[in-house]
Amino acid sequence: MTTRTTEVIGVVGPDDGGLLTKVVASADDAVARIADGVTVMIGGFGGAGTPVVLREALARRGLHGLTLVANNADFGSFMYEGGLVRLVCSYPVGASSALVLAAIEQGTVELVLTPQGTLAETIRAGGAGLGGVLTPTGLDMEFGAQYREIEHDGRRWLLAPARRADVALVKGTVADRYGNILCRSAGINFNPLMAMAADYTVAQVDHVVEVGEIDPQDVTIPGLLIDAVVEVPPGT
Amino acid sequence: MGMERQEIARRVARDIGRGWSVNLGIGIPTLVARHIGHPETLVHSENGILGLGPPPVDGSGDPDLVDAGKNEATVVPGGSFFDSLMSFGLIRGGHLDLAVMGAFQVSTDGDLANWKLPSRKAAALGGAADLAAGAKRVWIAMEHLGRSGDPRLLSSCTYPLTARGVVSRIYTDLAVLAPQGDGRFELIELAEGVHIDEVREKTQAEVVVPAGASA
Repeated sequence: MTTRTTEVIGVVGPDDGGLLTKVVASADDAVARIADGVTVMIGGFGGAGTPVVLREALARRGLHGLTLVANNADFGSFMYEGGLVRLVCSYPVGASSALVLAAIEQGTVELVLTPQGTLAETIRAGGAGLGGVLTPTGLDMEFGAQYREIEHDGRRWLLAPARRADVALVKGTVADRYGNILCRSAGINFNPLMAMAADYTVAQVDHVVEVGEIDPQDVTIPGLLIDAVVEVPPGT
Repeated sequence: MGMERQEIARRVARDIGRGWSVNLGIGIPTLVARHIGHPETLVHSENGILGLGPPPVDGSGDPDLVDAGKNEATVVPGGSFFDSLMSFGLIRGGHLDLAVMGAFQVSTDGDLANWKLPSRKAAALGGAADLAAGAKRVWIAMEHLGRSGDPRLLSSCTYPLTARGVVSRIYTDLAVLAPQGDGRFELIELAEGVHIDEVREKTQAEVVVPAGASA
């Protein structure tokens, strides 16, 4: 005799009469659960593809002991006492970076200066189940000293370990309620990589559309990587 | 005399091959873009663009479309957008024909120092180290002397290095030179109105003039 089991598929959520939605009401709601001492990846290159509203909402939390991972250093909002303690980035500039740079010079913020390509690949490795990458960038250089040297196949490499985070704040142009994200033009940059490498990923987008309105061909970040979506129309 | 920044940039552009893919760093290298003669030449921007175009005439309206210096940009027909992995894969995987960068110092061995001044803790790498490691050719476009008149072409760099032995050509306001090793730069060309004595005086290494070259 065979027993048939019926598997319930899909997730019943509180909104939409039982339909799955990742959309939350506000940036403050999205960052409410984040705790002290976390590592947060923040997408963007300068202002392009940068989830500014999520970033500022996180700063308003006033959390302590934060490690931020990003390409740049526009993190003046985190320079309250005991806020930012460690910065992993490739190019510490940004509209509000002066406070951050001063703290680095004083030694109150630790800077882990990482070549941009290594930053991208170690984040990718972190999200993709890999232990790290072998890169030639930084061999014999001061900024390469943080990595172990490996010889493989007659060549020297630096072993850059995979990098993961507790939280990732990413930016896209459009999202649907499954969390599928479309990133446009040069706003893509680190966002898909970071979305994958964190335990909790929040996406800020310009517009939320109906499921099915984003052509599968056009999805930059598949929704299963996204935990929360915040809609922030441009200009608001 | 010597050349203005735009003239240095124009001189670099003359040597760029047709259809090359080129990454242009911030500073004088960025100026090279507007002087490139071949429309098929693709300018790569590390933040995820191939086919970077001229700055928009009156605001591109797209806050996500910026160049590596974070200035508003455009993309040319036939261009493409991609993420940072693809961008640095193109760089590190040897797919770009040329990287033009600025520098603090360049040595006769082709060593490059352009990420950190010795006096400061904070420094900036961006894509420089990956470009130095991966581009098929690395050229430097810069003023011959630093702001305080300090020499930048040396037999040995004193600033922290970005990479060893990668620079094949240097374009300055005074001359075009090539690192030769053994403490020597080879003169390729003098800027108009510039005498070889001035180049030798302002270079902290031997400058050799190949037989038959005009100097």
